[in-house]
Amino acid sequence: MNGRTLTATLVTTVLLATTSGAYAGTTLNAVKERGYVKCGVSDGLPGFSYADEKGKFSGIDVDLCHAVAAAVFGDSTKVKFTPLTAKERFTALQTGEIDVLSRNSTWTSSRDSALGLNFTGVTYYDGQGFLVNKKLGVKSAKELDGATVCVQAGTTTELNLSDYFRAHKMKYTPITYDKSDESAKALEAGRCDVLTSDQSQLYAQRIKLAKPGDYVVLPEVISKEPLGPVVRHGDDDWFDIVKWTLFVMVDAEELGIDSKNVEEMKKSTNPDIKRMLGVEGDKGKDFGLANDWMAVVVKQVGNYGEIFARNVGKGSPLQIERGLNALWTQGGLQYAPPVR
Amino acid sequence: MAAYTLTPARPSFWNNPEIRAIAFQIVALAATVAFGYYLFENTQTNLRRLGIASGFDFLSSSSGFGILQSLIPYSETSSYGRVFWVALLNTLLVSALGIVLATLLGFVIGIARLSKNWLIAKLALTYIETFRNIPLLLQIFFWYFAVLRAMPSPRQSLSVGEAVFLNIRGLYLPAPQLQPGFGWVLAALGLALVLVAILVRWAHRRQLGTGRQFPAISVSLALLLGLPLLAFWLTGSPLVWQVPELHGFNFQGGLAIIPEMASLLLALSIYTAAFIAEIVRAGIQAVSHGQTEASFSLGLNPSLTLRLIILPQALRVIIPPLTSQYLNLIKNSSLAAAIGYPDLVAAFAGTVLNQTGQAIECIAITMAVYLTISLLISLLMNGYNRRVALVER
Repeated sequence: MNGRTLTATLVTTVLLATTSGAYAGTTLNAVKERGYVKCGVSDGLPGFSYADEKGKFSGIDVDLCHAVAAAVFGDSTKVKFTPLTAKERFTALQTGEIDVLSRNSTWTSSRDSALGLNFTGVTYYDGQGFLVNKKLGVKSAKELDGATVCVQAGTTTELNLSDYFRAHKMKYTPITYDKSDESAKALEAGRCDVLTSDQSQLYAQRIKLAKPGDYVVLPEVISKEPLGPVVRHGDDDWFDIVKWTLFVMVDAEELGIDSKNVEEMKKSTNPDIKRMLGVEGDKGKDFGLANDWMAVVVKQVGNYGEIFARNVGKGSPLQIERGLNALWTQGGLQYAPPVR
Repeated sequence: MAAYTLTPARPSFWNNPEIRAIAFQIVALAATVAFGYYLFENTQTNLRRLGIASGFDFLSSSSGFGILQSLIPYSETSSYGRVFWVALLNTLLVSALGIVLATLLGFVIGIARLSKNWLIAKLALTYIETFRNIPLLLQIFFWYFAVLRAMPSPRQSLSVGEAVFLNIRGLYLPAPQLQPGFGWVLAALGLALVLVAILVRWAHRRQLGTGRQFPAISVSLALLLGLPLLAFWLTGSPLVWQVPELHGFNFQGGLAIIPEMASLLLALSIYTAAFIAEIVRAGIQAVSHGQTEASFSLGLNPSLTLRLIILPQALRVIIPPLTSQYLNLIKNSSLAAAIGYPDLVAAFAGTVLNQTGQAIECIAITMAVYLTISLLISLLMNGYNRRVALVER
């Protein structure tokens, strides 16, 4: 029995067995009682969620989980990670196996509605692209008619791929695997001509190939892929906490607060900064958390710019530009409501 | 003297064992139904509360994704219901081919295992012990990742006469294209089949009556080959072969056997054949040696002995465990998901489930399908078993 069937069976069993009213409004209490946050992450995507040889996870999605733990417990280490495949992720969240899903998942209307989930924000603005071997001599995605394409099963990528080829009246053969690693290996072996995925993932997969230099990401971006953390419907308090954890990190970058200067910033005269760091007012308490939780998040995990640079940006092997993910003040899309 | 008539004391209503038995059964049934209803209601409530869509409406909405292999016309605009049929047919295809191959291979190896030739017997033994004792999933991985991944790229394909090509994308064969007159060839084949059936019955009756044999097999073969060939020639060869051609990235046209399917089929048939071989050996050994001796003393040669005396008796022992192996093979075919072959579990209980989020419906449909297929096979095999079973007089 493979993992997917097992999960699906578990889901069915759990849905059959849980009594009603088990989650409503109580995720925070359950998390506090348990003593750690259960966070669903990717099963291996450098820059987003990747376990090193010691089994320690790192990445932008992982840092979001650490930030939620810092918000709830004042200790960013109080989190347990569950690596999930694309197919398992939503059912794991629906059944309460995890408290928050932070697994480069695209925010779409059907996931918000039919799946009974809430996306809390956008940690990374992405778009779908194509990775091909240079040997093929392909310069544009429009030259891919008749190609064999590797794609991860059960993703929006799979749907965008079919839309794109249909819109351009081209044919393709899809090869779908459960894990992105399998797709990358299939590309390397030549089972498929093209690997398609979110561009950030393509860069991440490329550095794992034996000869990264032989492969090139095509210029076309064929979709909008806003990736963000997800929680279950029906628990607005928990939804607020996860949502504002990300907002706080973005606001902190905008206000110039980072993990190193946060203590000094507490002495700042700027009322925005004072409110956020819990020096003035009780904005933190309104969430049912410690009054200075926002300061703790920034201190222990960092602001948005720091986690971006550390995991996928200039401070990482991926070397991805900020681009769309720059702050709105710098021509990007990252914008958070004010703490007020 | 007064005679005592002993009427058995009527037990009181609640002490009557018959009434009690019925009452307990009613209680048990009611409890089961109530429990089932509770589960159903609870699920419904939970789904509503979590805001998860339920029901089977999703089957008619369009899928929007492509599928690697489809036996019926399918495109991205087809419905999820269509995906179900595509996936089911893929499962049935690999299962049916697997059952045929595993049976043939299993019978040959099982008989070889009992061969008097030391080398053949030991080779069969090695085969059985090797493939029976390696997990099936590993065998699938072996064929897929170790053997078929080592094939060359499409542009460096291995080819036989520029008509058959083998590369990492699969085995490409020329595909027969039927032309208008081909119906006559099929008609001729049908006629040949009817003639053969009549011939075999006549030959059998003549042998029973007179003891004279008729070379039914060779005449049948001649009929089966000759009549269609004659029709083929008379109608002016109404068949052309479409040869696969390298066009752009891949070979176009012709018949393609994808490596996902090939490795699954190889692994399933080789693995199951090892078990079938042991079943066949056991079945043959279950026929007492006296039968062979009696057959020899009647003057039958070893191959006739095997065909007419041993196998018919061995089949009675073989059929029931063979059925289990068939059922296992069908259920094992769901391991397809591990290598991306779009079977029922991978494409329907996997991709469709994930795109729609309707886990309960998808899993329920999939389980119902496997149950139905397995029960049907059991029914067929049990029917066959009743026919060959020992009729006691």
